[in-house]
Amino acid sequence: MGMTISQKILAYHAGKKHVEPGELINCRVDVILGNDVTSPVAISEFARLGLDKVHDPDSIVLVPDHFTPNKDIKSAEQAKIVRDFARRFGIKYYFDVGQMGIEHCLLPEQGLVLPGDLIIGADSHTCTYGALGAFATGVGSTDMAAAMATGEAWFKVPDSIKFIYYGTLPQWVGGKDLILHTIGDIGVDGARYMSMEFTGEVIDNLSIDNRFTMANMAIEAGGKNGIIAPDDITLAYVQSRAQRPYQIYKSDEDAEYAEIREYDVSKLEPVVAFPHLPENTRPVSEAADIQIDQVVIGSCTNGRIEDLQVAATILKGKKVHPELRVIILPGTQQIYLEALRKGFIETFIEAGCAVSTPTCGPCLGGHMGILAKGEKALSTTNRNFVGRMGHPESEVYLASPAVAAASAITGRITPPQEVVR
Amino acid sequence: MKFTGRVHKFGADIDTDAIIPARYLNTSDPAELAKHCMEDADPSFPQKVQAGDIIVAGKNFGCGSSREHAPIAIKGAGVACVIASSFARIFYRNSVNIGLPILECEEAVQAIEEGDNIQVDLEKGEIVNLRTGETYQAAPFPEFMQDIMAQGGLIGYVQHKKIKQ
Ligand code: SF4
Repeated sequence: MGMTISQKILAYHAGKKHVEPGELINCRVDVILGNDVTSPVAISEFARLGLDKVHDPDSIVLVPDHFTPNKDIKSAEQAKIVRDFARRFGIKYYFDVGQMGIEHCLLPEQGLVLPGDLIIGADSHTCTYGALGAFATGVGSTDMAAAMATGEAWFKVPDSIKFIYYGTLPQWVGGKDLILHTIGDIGVDGARYMSMEFTGEVIDNLSIDNRFTMANMAIEAGGKNGIIAPDDITLAYVQSRAQRPYQIYKSDEDAEYAEIREYDVSKLEPVVAFPHLPENTRPVSEAADIQIDQVVIGSCTNGRIEDLQVAATILKGKKVHPELRVIILPGTQQIYLEALRKGFIETFIEAGCAVSTPTCGPCLGGHMGILAKGEKALSTTNRNFVGRMGHPESEVYLASPAVAAASAITGRITPPQEVVR
Repeated sequence: MKFTGRVHKFGADIDTDAIIPARYLNTSDPAELAKHCMEDADPSFPQKVQAGDIIVAGKNFGCGSSREHAPIAIKGAGVACVIASSFARIFYRNSVNIGLPILECEEAVQAIEEGDNIQVDLEKGEIVNLRTGETYQAAPFPEFMQDIMAQGGLIGYVQHKKIKQ
């Protein structure tokens, strides 16, 4: 019996020829990631082991991105714990304010995560790196601590669901719509404990930024990881960035899947997820006329250059609706710079948007754009749980950068084709 | 491990933002986190929860972010055990790793009501509703995870393994 790409990567890192779904294995990990929220807990757990060195300093990546630049004294102290740890243990891949970006935009950009890698991160959206054909999954702080000490982590080999997308993507429909549509179909626990493998002609032609968006939200369907087999698009992205060798894996023809689901995308509209779960999806035409108070464009889901480009195309020469705030957060310093050079930042500011230094900020209701009681936001982020972006009685609608930019102009949830003719 | 506690009942898809809202994540102190435990699902919970109480919830408990602060807040609030129809995987993993007892049992969740007193036997995976006398069977922990629990969590387990080597 053949193996899926996920099985193959896990088997290789467990030093085994073959692994079966359900098997509990111990694996060597290539990359261990932590941020300013999860690392302090991991660092105090690590301290309990009383070690004077980490297993491999170059396998650890620390990115304080949630409450940075620090919003208050408490968060400054959390960030300091991470900074001190990085210095003491010689962590090369520590990114402070100025170099920092949102972790899941930053690691691929810096060539720190590569095809065939086994990556754990004390952040649930670590699954983003599956877009490069890596097995990447979110864990907790204690897992991070143990892996920093041993270089290993325990896993239960997951079953896989294969998602096949075919047809032609309509204009203004992209990775965000594909993944929201899929979550709407299978539900927020539809892929619980499972690997989500994205395939088909639509994926074959999808840009790397759109692929990151899809893999990023695998966790929103309960998935253990999202994964796309590497191809020429992957290699074009990875080759100039890779800091070390990497390995290409693909699923065998006779690999076994728990389920196979197919989607014809030709008639898909942009998708909006209503409060308070990412599975509450509707086509944008059924969301029209919902008045909103704030638009957020950014995050590890949609803060990459292509996302900003889509938003800039729609906002060019237009003005933000007077009764609405728009906050734009480029994912990394490099994305920010590229957006600046391409004139997107100018477009945003002329339109009346606020542009922020890279940070998670409002995505988790941390800072830089918190919602008041009763306010509604349309956001390109990935979660719309109760209280996610502020007051427990505020509401978050999730959508693509195209829908977000169009809605910024009209002040209500709007299909992109309505403002761009 | 055997214990008896009063039940607080919650619905399905209780996410980690409801268990401990991100606005409180600028600290990782269990006592601080406990003050806001389950706040966005039930604002009165931090006031009414008492040491030894048990949370019973629907499917996909703990979905969303990987924050270990969620099981830490629950443990910090004195909750002895969480029983749910199913758990989101990172929450499950984190609970095992920090030594918070959790059991999956759809049947028990269907039958048990808010305020019931129940008895839980972790090793056997047995749950008894003291109000009705009914007994429910949850799948016991896999052996590997029992080992982790027995060492008080993953760090103790790693330490133990190192000593043995
Ligand atoms: S942008 Fe949002 S979802 Fe992504 S890592 Fe930051 S807080 Fe998490």
